This record gives sequence, structure tokens and C-alpha cells, in this order.
Amino acid sequence: MEIFQILASALAGGTILLFGMLGGIFTERSGVMNLAIEGYMLLGATIGYKVAAQTGNPWVGLLAGILAAAVLGVLHAFICVTLKADQVVSGLAINFVGTGVSMVLGANLSNLIGKVNLLPTITFPALSNGSAVSEALYILTKQNVLVYIGLIMIPIANWYLFKTRPGMHLRAIGENPEAADSMGVSVNKLRYLYTILGAALAGLGGVSISVAIYPGWFSELTTNGKGWICVGLVIFSQWQPIRGAMGAYFFGLLSRVILNLKIPETLFGGIKNPFFANPNLTFFLEMIPYLFTLIVMIIGANEARRKRIGAPAALGQPYSRGQRGK
Amino acid sequence: MSRKVSILFVLTALLLAVVPVLAQDFQIPEIVEGKWNVAFVLIGPINDGGWSQAHYDGAKYVSDNVDNVNVVYVENIPEGTESEQVFRSLAAKGFNVIFGTSFGFMDPMEAVAEDFPDTYFIHISGYKTNNTNFGNLMGAMEHMKFLAGYLSGQRCKMDGEDTVGYMYTFPIPEELRLGNAFMMGVKKTCPECKMIVTPINSWHDPVVEQEAAKALFDAGAYIVFTGADTPAPAIVAESYKEGKGKWGIPYDWKGSCTSKRCLTLPYWNWGPVYASIVEGLRDGTYTPGRHYFDGDEKGLGLYGFMEGEELTEGLKDMPEEVLTFVRDYIADIEAGKWTRFDLFSGPIIDNQGNVVVPEGEKMEDADLDTFDCSTTGCKYGMHYWNEGIIAELP
Repeated sequence: MEIFQILASALAGGTILLFGMLGGIFTERSGVMNLAIEGYMLLGATIGYKVAAQTGNPWVGLLAGILAAAVLGVLHAFICVTLKADQVVSGLAINFVGTGVSMVLGANLSNLIGKVNLLPTITFPALSNGSAVSEALYILTKQNVLVYIGLIMIPIANWYLFKTRPGMHLRAIGENPEAADSMGVSVNKLRYLYTILGAALAGLGGVSISVAIYPGWFSELTTNGKGWICVGLVIFSQWQPIRGAMGAYFFGLLSRVILNLKIPETLFGGIKNPFFANPNLTFFLEMIPYLFTLIVMIIGANEARRKRIGAPAALGQPYSRGQRGK
Repeated sequence: MSRKVSILFVLTALLLAVVPVLAQDFQIPEIVEGKWNVAFVLIGPINDGGWSQAHYDGAKYVSDNVDNVNVVYVENIPEGTESEQVFRSLAAKGFNVIFGTSFGFMDPMEAVAEDFPDTYFIHISGYKTNNTNFGNLMGAMEHMKFLAGYLSGQRCKMDGEDTVGYMYTFPIPEELRLGNAFMMGVKKTCPECKMIVTPINSWHDPVVEQEAAKALFDAGAYIVFTGADTPAPAIVAESYKEGKGKWGIPYDWKGSCTSKRCLTLPYWNWGPVYASIVEGLRDGTYTPGRHYFDGDEKGLGLYGFMEGEELTEGLKDMPEEVLTFVRDYIADIEAGKWTRFDLFSGPIIDNQGNVVVPEGEKMEDADLDTFDCSTTGCKYGMHYWNEGIIAELP
């Protein structure tokens, strides 16, 4: 049954990345670079937890966390869309703002562990007293409500992006804002909208850490680079939600398996476990998610390669009517 | 609007965000004339619910219990060169003694101590000292880990379980020492019990700590204890509702045992140790050096057994003789009748069946903190896993 417990954990851990990654896709599809996911996430985690503690209601905390990140998203949109500033610099600055505000507002929160109501976990007790199959299903389905929300969100995001009219507008303003503009789509208004939406989704990812899946807020390390992994996932996903979701869950699995791999003497009932024999090798295992992010970002940094993997053509370019970008 | 203006705007936003945090960090407090001035430099915030909060409680204790002192603290100080600025500023302001509570403060403190010979510097958790005004300080937490193991073994025995889990931080002697001490305790009450381990390579990573606790629980551990900062094992244990559930044992700060599934908690009680150091430095009876305190300096705690604490749910139904053993042990170490060398006395057998310390012999100070005795000249060293621990050496 341990394998199903690991898979269940992978699903839960991947959910956090999923929200951040979807937020990144929506923002970048509109042509605005989103490097601020880590900052949004941390702010969402902090505010979500703080408000959940103060009101006693985790759902209010959830809303507050999303809203707080969205407000930070307004700032990013203002800098990138209205002021047409460098979107990379703005993204980095937003990360600092998110971290700084979180550290100030997060004082005292670590003492509250155990005293804050969390978002509910959904279980199907009917499954727990039957065969091995139903037992496995019981373990897999015992998940926080946000894990289910995440699972539902993947097809919705995909459908919205590729099958609806607003989704087409979203893709248009990221690919060819001039053409979209000439068709009467309000480029900058929509860019505002999707930058804020992306921030809100990343904020939801943060809330899913502190008020749901890994309860508690302990320090600015509560997100500890998860937002940056999302930035890598966005590129890896080639800006497609389903591909990105697979990546997110894979990383959820990886971060859990790394810890499991160190425990047993043998794997698969007999093969000697190299990570047991050499505990120091596990340092390399832990590097993998960050190494992956680095590699993906290097690939994404090259203009020609970016086009080939499907980056929105106008990504990173502010739009002014009659100026052909730049 | 021009591009330059907008970049300026972004940088301003960045500054606005960072400056309050930095200003708060690096505001160096003033001394009070006529009093003995004591400063504490903390790596985390005073309310982190872990390591830094335990030190903050110690600072408060000094302020409340030592006459005529002015105690201040600065929090959130990063390790390395930034901390050197802080130590230098505090020394320049005229503080009499400065405590630094993180390993990475060691080299900066050593450097500043050389420039300010009239100021005392006490570094927690390091190994360097100049034996005049720069000393290091740590304590024999192995006692409390041993007792936590003793109680865990009993819990396993009573509930028909046989596995405990250890999430250790880094492959260093301290983490092996504490894990070995825990297992020695487990063996006393549950000789057939075993321990599984997973290293997490961090002192503080809230998400990884919870994931590691889950990994150990799912791999069969009934009780998990941690070397890291957050009460992750106890938080995660709450989510195991099937059967007898699971238990967690957090670490560091005495307020960390709030979870219903917290079995007990080995914690630091720095106050009495700090107070006696401050008084000793003021009277000239204390010389900084290597200071590794044992139970008799009252710097160690085990939740449920110290003054004013009640037994947790997981301890209440234990037989009286088990609880008496723990109480007597604590009384013995506090009276100085039993030391860490008595704890690490032979026979000690490692998990390969080799005798590490033969019957009748004891480890010495140098053994407890060394992997490789060929460099420091110790006899046994701390590079082994106790019998019953399923792990290879890092």
C-alpha cells in the first residue's frame, strides 16, 4: 500500500505546483512574463493562513490569500502593461515585495500551528473496508478538497484556452497583439486581467500549502523555491495546461520519492538500493527539481528555441498601439 | 512614459519592499549606562516557534533573573558577512557580552572578537574559541533524546508496533549522536524495535519536513522524531486517523508540543545557562572556551516532565515505573550524578554487530563530536549507527 500512499502524496504536492503553473500559463499566454510566482505564492500562503487564523474560517482565508496575491498582480500589471517596464525586472521586484510583506505580516504565525482550522480533507469511507483495490483507492482519494479543485481545473483551463472565444482572444494578444487590436480586442485591458488572474492562481497555490496540504506558516521558506519550479514548468508545459499538469504531478512525485528512496535497504524486493548504501548521493536527488528548472530556463532563454517550443510570440513585449510592440 | 522612468519606478518599489525589513533587522539597539549590557543575535524571528524562539526565551530569562542588566536582541540576521556588521556594531556600541545563536555566525564572531578584546562573544553550536573573549556553547541534548527514545519504545511496545522513524538534518556528528542516543533509549523498553531514517538536508524547510514525516510514517514508522526546526512529525501524525494513528516528537522549543499527537518533546531551556554565563562573566569567574553543558546546568527539557507541565495523551497511560525511570534520570542528570559520558558508555554495539565501545569504557568529550578520530586523536568517534538503526553511514 506504500506505493499508493506515495502516489497520493505526489498528487497533493503536485497540486501546489499545478496552481502556480496554471497562473504562469494564463499570464504568459497574454504576453506578460511571469517570474513573480514565488512572491505571489508566499503572499498567498501568509495572508491565507493569517486570515484563516483570525476568522477561524479557512475558506475566508482562502479568499483572502487569493485576493492578496491578486493585488500584487495589479502592481505587476501596472508596471508591465501601463508603464511598459522590463517585465523580468518587474517580476523579480514583485518577488521581493511578496517576500518582504510576508515576513512582516508573518510574525507570530508559526506559533499558531495546530490552532488554525484547515480546509477539509475528502475521504470515501465506503472504500476502506473491502478488497486491496478499494483500499488503494481509499488511500488515493483521501485528499484535501483543493486537490480535487486542482484536478477539475486542468480540463477547464485547457478548454477555456483552446475552445472558447475569450481563450482565443487571450492567445491572440500574446501571439500578435497588433492583429488582435485591429480586430477590436482590448490588448492592454486583457493583459491586466490575465496578469491578475495568474497572480490569483499562484496565490491559491500558496494557500494550498499553508491552509491545506502542508499546514502552517513558519518562515519565508514556507514556499522555498516552489514558485521558481512553476516558472520552469510553464516553459516545460509549452504553455499548455495538460502538459504542465503532468509535469506538476511528476514533480510532486519526485519530491516525495526522494525522501522514500533513502529509507529501505532494497528496492522492488531485492535490488540493492544505492541511495541507502550511499546516503550522500541523496544530495544529488534533491538537486533534480532545481536542475530541471535551470535546464528548462536555459532552453527557454534562446529566442529561436522558444519559438519552436511554442512560446507566445509577443511574450515580454509591451504593446502600444501603432508602435509594433517594443 | 520613458523606459528609464519606469525602471526607476520598479527599483523604487523594490526598495520600498526591502528597506523596512532590513531597517528592522539592522537597527542596532543602544546600551544603558551603568548596567551590564547583553545582546543576543538571532538567525530567525523571535517567534519562529523553534530554535530562535528558544533563545529569545533564554534572553528574557536573563533580563528577568539577573540584576542590573540590559538585555537586547536583534532578529532575522543572515549568516556570513552581514552578521559581521551586526556583531561589529554591537561591540562598538559597548555591549559587554554578545551571544550569537547560529553556526554560521562563528567566523564573523571570531574575527570581531579579535578587534574588541574587552567584549565577550559567546557562540552557540560552533567549535571555535580563543579561550579569552570568544567561546562556544552547546549542551547535552542526547540525554533528552535518549529519554524520548525510551518513552517511544514503551509506546511501541504497548501498541504492538516495532518501528520508529528519524528525519535527520545533515550528515554531521551531532545528528548521529542524537539519533544513536534515541535508539539506545528505544532499546531499553523495546529491544526488538528498529529505526528507519531519512536525511532531509535542511534545518528548516516546512514543506520537506512534513513530506519526510509522511514518508517515514508510510514506510511503517509508528513514531517519528526530528532533528529539524518545525513540529512537522506531530502535525503530520494528526492526519493518520486509521487504527491507532501515529505519533510525532518535535524538537527545540518548549511550545512545540501543542498537537494532540505529540508524544513528548526534547527542548532547550537556555535561560539558566545564559544567566549563569552572564553572571560569571561579570564577576570574572567565567572564562569563555569550549562550554558543553550537561544536565546539571538545567538547560535541557523534556515535555511532560519539567515543572508545571502535564503528561501528554500518549504518556498518561504508561506504567508508573517507566515514568519514574524518566523522572529519576532527569533528577540524576540535574544533580550531576549521571553525565553524557555515562550515557555513551559500553557496551555500545553498532548496526553491523561491531563493538564500538567495550563494556566498562566510556566515550570522552572529543568522541561525541567527531567523525574521523585520525584527525583529532579521539578514541571511538561518533561515526556509527547504533544497533537497531537501519541505515548506512553518511
